[in-house]
Amino acid sequence: MTQQNSRRDFIKASTMLAIGFSLPSIGKAESLHKIDTSSASALGIELNPYILINDDGKIILFNARPDMGQGTYQSLPLLIAEELEVTLDQVEIRNTDGQGKYGAQLSGGSSSVRTRWLPMRKAGAAVKEMLITAASKKWQVPVSECYALEAKVFHKPSGKSYTYGELVEEASKLEIPKEPKLKDQKDFKLLGKSVPRPEIPSKVNGTAVFGIDSDIPGMLYASIERSPTIHGKVVSFDGSAAMKVKGVKYVVKTERKMPHKAVEAVAVIADTYWAALKGRKALKINWDAQGSDKISTDAYFENLRNLAKTDGIEYKNEKVGDFNKAFGSATKKVEAQYETPFLAHAPLEPENATVWVQGDKVEIWAPIQGPDGLIPQVAAYLKIKPENVKVNVPFMGGAFGRKAYFDYVLEAANLSKQVNAPVKVIWTREDDTMQGPFRPGMLSAMQGGLDEKGNVVAHNHKIVGSSIQHQVFGNPLKNAPDDWAIETANTEDSPYDFASRKASFHLAETDIPILWWRSVYSSTTAFGQESFIDELAHAAKTDPLAFRLDMLADAPRFSRVLQTLAKKANYHQKLPEGQAIGIAVARSFGTIVAHAVTVSKSGKGVKIEKVVSVIDCGMTVNPDNIKAQTEGNIVMGLTAAIKNGITIKDGLTEQSNFHQYNVLRINEMPKTEVYIVDNQEAPGGVGEPGLPPFAPALCNAIYNLTGTRIRTLPFDIDNIG
Amino acid sequence: MAKYNLNVNGKKYNVDADADTPLLWVIRDHVGLKGTKFGCGMALCGACTVHLDGQPIRSCSTPISTLKATNKITTIEGISVNTDSAIQKAWIEEQVPQCGYCQSGQIMSAVALLKEKSNPTDSDIDEAMSGNICRCGTYPRIRKAIHRAAELMKDSGNSTGK
Repeated sequence: MTQQNSRRDFIKASTMLAIGFSLPSIGKAESLHKIDTSSASALGIELNPYILINDDGKIILFNARPDMGQGTYQSLPLLIAEELEVTLDQVEIRNTDGQGKYGAQLSGGSSSVRTRWLPMRKAGAAVKEMLITAASKKWQVPVSECYALEAKVFHKPSGKSYTYGELVEEASKLEIPKEPKLKDQKDFKLLGKSVPRPEIPSKVNGTAVFGIDSDIPGMLYASIERSPTIHGKVVSFDGSAAMKVKGVKYVVKTERKMPHKAVEAVAVIADTYWAALKGRKALKINWDAQGSDKISTDAYFENLRNLAKTDGIEYKNEKVGDFNKAFGSATKKVEAQYETPFLAHAPLEPENATVWVQGDKVEIWAPIQGPDGLIPQVAAYLKIKPENVKVNVPFMGGAFGRKAYFDYVLEAANLSKQVNAPVKVIWTREDDTMQGPFRPGMLSAMQGGLDEKGNVVAHNHKIVGSSIQHQVFGNPLKNAPDDWAIETANTEDSPYDFASRKASFHLAETDIPILWWRSVYSSTTAFGQESFIDELAHAAKTDPLAFRLDMLADAPRFSRVLQTLAKKANYHQKLPEGQAIGIAVARSFGTIVAHAVTVSKSGKGVKIEKVVSVIDCGMTVNPDNIKAQTEGNIVMGLTAAIKNGITIKDGLTEQSNFHQYNVLRINEMPKTEVYIVDNQEAPGGVGEPGLPPFAPALCNAIYNLTGTRIRTLPFDIDNIG
Repeated sequence: MAKYNLNVNGKKYNVDADADTPLLWVIRDHVGLKGTKFGCGMALCGACTVHLDGQPIRSCSTPISTLKATNKITTIEGISVNTDSAIQKAWIEEQVPQCGYCQSGQIMSAVALLKEKSNPTDSDIDEAMSGNICRCGTYPRIRKAIHRAAELMKDSGNSTGK
């Protein structure tokens, strides 16, 4: 690719722009199982980085947020399409490759639509204006007589039209409008409507390409035996039996490079994955656990409980009034501690990466959440230039945060370099479950004080646990609390009108690899926050909904969500004998979600009769997908509440596969109803906010039914206290 | 290594593989059909579900040596690449997939269910589908889509789900 006109990066090469991007589009079944490795393909004229139009009419929109199931493959292109006046069946969608011109490309923090809704719409609107101007020039008519519709520009008085393809060359000579006019929300044809997701057909006929489906000529397969304990060194290994397995080509020492440390490993590389796996099972390795065989989650939580006895580092911004004084003089004092476990992400597609290192160049095919973040890591690891790293981004078979941690890609890079061939590393389910990184185990120590009228005069949330920023990003947090850990419990996300309030964070360092997990700390902090509000309501002898509404009078969006929930869940109607309802509300990633869970007695435990959810995520892109994500968050939140956590003993993870790390199955799925509060606010996140309030809503319902207060997750729903 | 004759989606293949190689890896890496997915390797998650003579099996735990050349194996690609089967139409109508990784296995289990029971109840669905994990949480939509597929099949007089 050559660059001529740097202003706009558009080039005429027989009216085609060639750029180095090789992942085939979705929807053409015949080409999907071989990733095209040709160095360049003719695509079209780039009017801005996200929009390419070919003079034969082909339109390509770029999606800068890899799709792990949350719908970015549609949502970001749809923002462009709305303003560009095209429909998704008129375009081809491609994922971006990490190049800087596309901006930040990490799918995470429920940020894709939240941060890109204006830039993407502006990109579409600017190109539309250029195409309209180009048409008006060709016709020599005023711009005001022209309009765009379905990939054509029309001249209103004459009814004449040009396709975008016929206009692209002329349009590419124009200045890009800096402040293009955006459409009024009332004129939206695509946004806010439940437009079918374009990749769904490929996901029901087996043709969607996931990372694990990458297929490179001459590719070898690797399975890696990593230190079984949290960290370790290879003292010696014997690969002779592995080498005897037919198809095994190499047994090599390697490493798993994590942000906070590298652990040693031995890889078996073979012609087929099965041979690599068999070879791995035949390895004999002597490990030095380097003391990590003393690590246990029991000891970790013991440490959290000890730390909780003293004050952590205060969140100064969260301070309201004088907590110590108010709590000291409160009529009624309530204290409780809540614990949430370590969890594995367990995406159904295990971590995998195909990497081909050729001298000082490397090409990668891997399910990853952020190609722009991967490039510098791989470049630094291989000591090559970032511009020599080429990344292809297929679909991810789930990720939930895990695939923004690129240890598995670096493993494949290391091995490809060692054996001078493309290598595909596939983690087993056991690797995925046992090796981490995990959601960190956390503790919330709560204190609340009520006055004689039952008003909350003092509220304290002490967060105790390990810090992702500290371990993964090297933030020392010497005299500062972890500002991520307070999400959903801060004054903005939990705006209860407490007369006094404080919050603090106690860092518990650990060598157990940790990472963000769907909704990050919100999934742990909200459990303490929203369960304790319920405890305070009961202590005040007030209905938990009325108690919340009373303290949310100055937070109209929260009140509206709760009032809508009360209506949709028939909160005020008398329930049948033996049933109870519980609620919780939390804001995270800019979106408010409330759940009402109805439970009934079932043997020694409880059965979930129904879950009703209300979400306010501002302006909607695809309401059906918002519902789907909220349903998914209910499933994941319920799994996290009642299924196994990750426990570690003697440095070894005690769960290995889905028989020990159980996840919710369809026969355990309660009935769900999801409602969206419609409004014109800026969009909030959608992929995560449904999760944090689920566990507290469930446990609040169980308390109302049984009188048992659950303060430690996970719990056995079939055997309540 | 040994040679095995396989019939996958009506096409004959001759593959060279170790006797203990799971059918999953033969389908994916020898035959080259990537729609069937690896999830757990222990028949716990259902991502690898294919049909063996019409019955759903977990291909990750089925050694190639246990198959006969006369066995008919059907994978997701054998349902309909054009997505015009009742089950696929229903899956699209209900917008079931999120990440989509488990959906090949879900659909293979659902097709087998509908062949047994043309009008399944929720509890029939729970029973037949509980071996298929979906981490994204598409279960409510899977239920709806199976009911919808049953309707579509009734309307068209086709009882195979395909």
